[in-house]
Amino acid sequence: MPDQSEMEVLVAARDWQTAGHGVALATVVKTWGSSPRPAGSHLVVRDDGSFLGSVSGGCVEGAVVEEALGVMKAGVPKVIEFGITHQEAWEVGLACGGTVRIFVEPLQ
Amino acid sequence: MKAGTLEAILADIERKRPVVLATNLDSGEQQLLHRGDGDSEPERAHVERALRVDGCVTTDADSGPQVFYQPFNPPLRMMVVGAVHIAQPLSVIATLAGYEVTIVDPRESFAAGERFPGVTLNLDWPDAALESLGLDQRCAVVTLTHDPKLDDPALQVALRSDAFFIGCLGSRKTHASRLGRLTKAGFSEADLERIHGPVGLPIGSRSPAEIAVSVLAQVTQKLRKP
Repeated sequence: MPDQSEMEVLVAARDWQTAGHGVALATVVKTWGSSPRPAGSHLVVRDDGSFLGSVSGGCVEGAVVEEALGVMKAGVPKVIEFGITHQEAWEVGLACGGTVRIFVEPLQ
Repeated sequence: MKAGTLEAILADIERKRPVVLATNLDSGEQQLLHRGDGDSEPERAHVERALRVDGCVTTDADSGPQVFYQPFNPPLRMMVVGAVHIAQPLSVIATLAGYEVTIVDPRESFAAGERFPGVTLNLDWPDAALESLGLDQRCAVVTLTHDPKLDDPALQVALRSDAFFIGCLGSRKTHASRLGRLTKAGFSEADLERIHGPVGLPIGSRSPAEIAVSVLAQVTQKLRKP
């Protein structure tokens, strides 16, 4: 670690910010049960909603992007959690039945 | 994350310098820690563990603020000394397992490109080759030549480095005489205990490919369950 794709995510985060975009970084900090991406996996989000990387293999990326846009505006990091138990609250969840905790932070 | 922190992580990755990002998940505060850095003994241990097992470490929520330690390690590399028969399957499966493989052998007839398509070959003398490749804690060194002229200089460089794995192909008898020579060269018993010889897990391998499997299994064991 970081493998090539994680490296690309970090480089994109820097490059997008250098280009003047608002940028937020989401990092998997903990997983329970089966979940497709291990702790340390990154998703970087740009202020226009485009993103690179993965924190769940596609299950919750849409919701994480929304959270990331909010974090960019607020300028304050937050921890969010997705899992089978939160499925109704978030209207998204992990099909595999695992739970994932994600730290979302603005790049400042 | 501060832009400067991200710059520093990318710079360390570029320089192959292991670094850990410590994030306080309650406050969002972050700092970069290198091996030996840390505010306390437990923190230094978390940093060491994250780097060693190449995995993230999170402290318990019960004992103060939750801190997430994420390592950024240089790539895994394997230096294979001896472009011999076993080096062919070993270089293939080590590459599949994520290692950047370099085969070192000054004998041009052995280290021929057509024998090792797609693998980096280094035709320098093994000690010079390994010096120039800059062994670090993410490197495995495996000697395969059975020839003290080639294996021993490589081992001397490897033993003075932080390489996480050092292994030598050869029978118990040749290994015993190898250890004798290295002792005469001034290496301590603790140094020599780092050498896996004969290299490979004892799974009854016969063919070169099976021996390569046993070698990569032992390297993996040392990496993941040190």
